[in-house]
Amino acid sequence: MQQIINFFIRNKNFLVFLLLFLVSLALTIQSHSYHKSKFINSANFLTGGIYETVSSVDRYFELKKENEILLNENNRLKSLMFNNQDSLSRDSISPGNYSLKQALVIKNTYSSTNNFLTLNKGTSDNVGIDYGVITSNGVVGIIDNVSGGYARVLSILNTTSRINAQLKKSDHFGTLTWDGASPLTVQLIDIPKQAPLSAGDTIITGGRSAIFPKGIPVGTVKSFDLDETENYYTVHINLFNDMTNVGHVYVIENNDREEIEALQNEQ
Amino acid sequence: MNNTITQNTIRFILLVLIQALVLNNINFLGYINPYIYILFILLYPIQNNRLLFIFLSFLLGLFVDIFLDSGGVHAAASVFIAYFRPLFLKFAFGMSYEHQTVKIGHSEIGQRITYISLMTVIHHLILFSLEVFNSGKILLILNKTLFSSIFTIILCLLITILFSQKSK
Repeated sequence: MQQIINFFIRNKNFLVFLLLFLVSLALTIQSHSYHKSKFINSANFLTGGIYETVSSVDRYFELKKENEILLNENNRLKSLMFNNQDSLSRDSISPGNYSLKQALVIKNTYSSTNNFLTLNKGTSDNVGIDYGVITSNGVVGIIDNVSGGYARVLSILNTTSRINAQLKKSDHFGTLTWDGASPLTVQLIDIPKQAPLSAGDTIITGGRSAIFPKGIPVGTVKSFDLDETENYYTVHINLFNDMTNVGHVYVIENNDREEIEALQNEQ
Repeated sequence: MNNTITQNTIRFILLVLIQALVLNNINFLGYINPYIYILFILLYPIQNNRLLFIFLSFLLGLFVDIFLDSGGVHAAASVFIAYFRPLFLKFAFGMSYEHQTVKIGHSEIGQRITYISLMTVIHHLILFSLEVFNSGKILLILNKTLFSSIFTIILCLLITILFSQKSK
């Protein structure tokens, strides 16, 4: 017994090192599997508060640009309203029961391989896990963690992100992923070989999950090639959204989600 | 003694905040960021309690992780270089480390460059290996390690030169 205690005392530095190193490795591995990184995230009282204070100063420098984006969006919506009496035509988002909330990005990263954003809305504003996040230009990501006043968004620039997307001109769909290389392009995988692809085609969200409605713009086709199985395309997409510069966003809640999920889980 | 504690506490908080709020928004050429919070580990008094030092390094990394949503990669890399610091100190400063007389602020510039470079490269290598977490992307890891290391080393050297006490 004496020897065991002596051993611990003699090697206490190494043992503490080993313990802490293993703890951080565990946290790392956890963060690489989707929807499990519960403990270490920036959507908490302390870091959220600090980020919000700083961004409230930062925001003033972006006002001009934000105004321009808002004007452009208003312009587009007005022209839709005046010119397009039949608003259920091809450009409109598919009908459903969605409610939107606006929020502000208080922290954004895009340089690592697993990127997250932090929003200034949380459970007290009825924002919950698995709500979609978009801007007027297109998709940003999915909320994966919330606290009282803040929410963390799994960005589309995250190698663990999987979002359903499809071609605008046909109904061939695939999964939106990111290879971690450039923050301007994402990859759409599992598009069948039969799909009529050409460079410049528009990609929209597919609406096959209960998160995003169908028809939210994602980007345009930059290039495409067949994967190893020679049956599916891997499509490189230029994003409409400049992910390096995101300010105001909309959080989408699908009011029918519980019903849809209950139905899907029934079998 | 009290002075050292206050100094290190302020350094700890300041470095975490600067890292989270300023340096991570640099994104030079898209992805190159310096990680100068390791200055805390580099400059921590040598004679002090090693157990506490390892634990503080872990805490430092964890705080950066919470700010950056990066799981535990900064904590792992920080703990690692904190534990193996004596090895690098011995390599860089040789005899004077054995006699416990090294003051990093007053050391020769050549020795200081060796010490900072070694610590930074090892730290960044572990950091980016864990962050990318994919052996197929070894080139991306090495690329990120190389460029971020250069950035960090230059900044760390400048800061140690600027803030070193003039007294002899």
